Amino acid sequence: MSTSSPLTLLFGRSPVKPMQEHINKAHACTKALVPFFEAAMTGNYKEAEKVRATIITLESEADALKKDIRAHLPNSLFMPVPRSDLLELLSMQDRIANRAKDISGIMLGREMGIPKPIRPLMMRYLKAAINTSKRAKEALAELDELYETGFGSKEVDFVGSLLNRLDDQEHKTDEFEIKMRRALRDIEQDFPPIDMMFLYKIIEQIGDLADVSQRVGSRLQILIAR
Amino acid sequence: MLVISEYGQLLIVLACIFGFLMAWGVGANDVANAMGTSVGSKALTIKQAIFIAMIFEFAGAYLAGGAVTGTIRKGIIDPALLADSPELLVYGMLSSLLAAGIWLAVASWRGWPVSTTHSIVGAIVGFAAVGIGVDAVQWGKVLSIVSSWVVSPLISGIFAYLIFKSVSRLILNTDDPFANAKRYVPIYMFFVGFMIAMVTLLKGLSHVGLSITFLQSVGLATVAGLLVMGLGAILLSRVKVDAAADKQFRFASVEKVFAVLMIFTACAMAFAHGSNDVANAIGPLAAVVSVIANNGEILAKSALPGWILVLGGAGIVIGLATYGYKVMGTIGKKITELTPSRGFAAEMAAATTVVIASGTGLPVSTTHTLVGAVLGVGLARGISALNLRVIGHIVTSWVITLPAGASLSILFFFIFKGIFG
Repeated sequence: MSTSSPLTLLFGRSPVKPMQEHINKAHACTKALVPFFEAAMTGNYKEAEKVRATIITLESEADALKKDIRAHLPNSLFMPVPRSDLLELLSMQDRIANRAKDISGIMLGREMGIPKPIRPLMMRYLKAAINTSKRAKEALAELDELYETGFGSKEVDFVGSLLNRLDDQEHKTDEFEIKMRRALRDIEQDFPPIDMMFLYKIIEQIGDLADVSQRVGSRLQILIAR
Repeated sequence: MLVISEYGQLLIVLACIFGFLMAWGVGANDVANAMGTSVGSKALTIKQAIFIAMIFEFAGAYLAGGAVTGTIRKGIIDPALLADSPELLVYGMLSSLLAAGIWLAVASWRGWPVSTTHSIVGAIVGFAAVGIGVDAVQWGKVLSIVSSWVVSPLISGIFAYLIFKSVSRLILNTDDPFANAKRYVPIYMFFVGFMIAMVTLLKGLSHVGLSITFLQSVGLATVAGLLVMGLGAILLSRVKVDAAADKQFRFASVEKVFAVLMIFTACAMAFAHGSNDVANAIGPLAAVVSVIANNGEILAKSALPGWILVLGGAGIVIGLATYGYKVMGTIGKKITELTPSRGFAAEMAAATTVVIASGTGLPVSTTHTLVGAVLGVGLARGISALNLRVIGHIVTSWVITLPAGASLSILFFFIFKGIFG
């Protein structure tokens, strides 16, 4: 005998844990950029390729999580937050992973080197961007506490403070970007122009990584402000 | 008349068997719905849930099941029309039991959600309206019963909404949720004890022979509430902050406090369910016994013999022990989204509503009332994802169960009439 009670039909799958797992995966993609850059800078593209393979695996795992979450959010689900806001947040989270994959892809494709003078600054810039992604992840880690308190004002305020720190980190990364461009401009005449153009593109993409992370924060803010 | 003197004993035996089987069915299938939320939230293990259910289902059935049993036994059918042929009432009640029992068995086997209450009420209205005559049914009472099926989920939803909002404000959304939980949870415990005791004292104990005034009831209920609160406080003092779990999820320890509260609401749910659903099995049985014991006279007022309540309560407990525990486990596995802070609000609201319904003699569906309560918590932004399609399922089950129960009951009625004359 199998019994289906209305109670078992009543509950949909909570999207909270899957959303948190997803951004953990996305952040893992960005973290993997550090060993990637370290290998790329020393010209060790064999190693860089291996790291990129990891990034690709992580990104496809994130994609699978994303599809799974979407599949479990039918229209008939009644939730404490608007379904569309949740799905937009998920899309934005996914862009973090995509950016990381794109950056590593372009660099690997051109077997790009980083000019020695700007290498230290580049690493600091990259880490600042990755930190932005980390702050976004930390804000998302509060999602289960938000749900638990029924989106109570105390928790919302706390998440607000986390989102402020996220914005600050994004500003810092912006400033690094300006410094990077300037530093590159000072030496660009000494290197092949096409390589320099691609390097500018990489600088821009790393800035985008931070930007997308900050937008995850904005989406979260929209989600909880009801 | 002749039928009754000739076959009286046989008919009573049949009624007892069918009634017991129906009670067994309630224990095997329906108790799991009442207790599933407690098991799913991990506030109780299956063993603890079974233990609590056995004691409190029986207690609810015996102490507070009288009014609803009265409704099913003599509230739906107008006895005056049957004065000349009381054996028809006996056939009808037997067929209702058989019809509801078979429908319950078939639906369980096929995995359709079915309400025992709707089955038996549909069956009784069916045989009375078709087998005897449309005038045999007290349509006013039937209307109030049917409206209670719509009203009880709504009321329990409102209760649950208010309870969860209070939890949100007093405990969850504060600077020190754990301390506030320890401070306020005993108050909820008091209310659970008070409310159950109050309704039982006011309405349920007449067949046990006690009659107490309203003020005495309030006083005794307050004492009961305080006892519950005291016991609860002892259990609460053992709950300590779990720092490791709190690192992962800041409210882990707070949920442990609510889990203790949920033990008490689980008892209340079992009590409420027993008080309302035992009547589905023994109401018809009591009608048969009453007619045959009075030699064919259908008395307007006859007391409910205690042994019938015992038979019903025992049937439920045995059904639970032999099969219900499995269903409870299955349901508990699937309802994991209901954490104790939500689960207790839903259970407290549902138990209160069902017990009040039992006190007023209205047979309601415990399961649907619980669904209403959960939806109420969801409206208070307490639950991450609720499938509103379940409302459609519930309405469909009404549309199917009532005619199914009625048709089967009519069929058996004419069979019995054919056999016994």
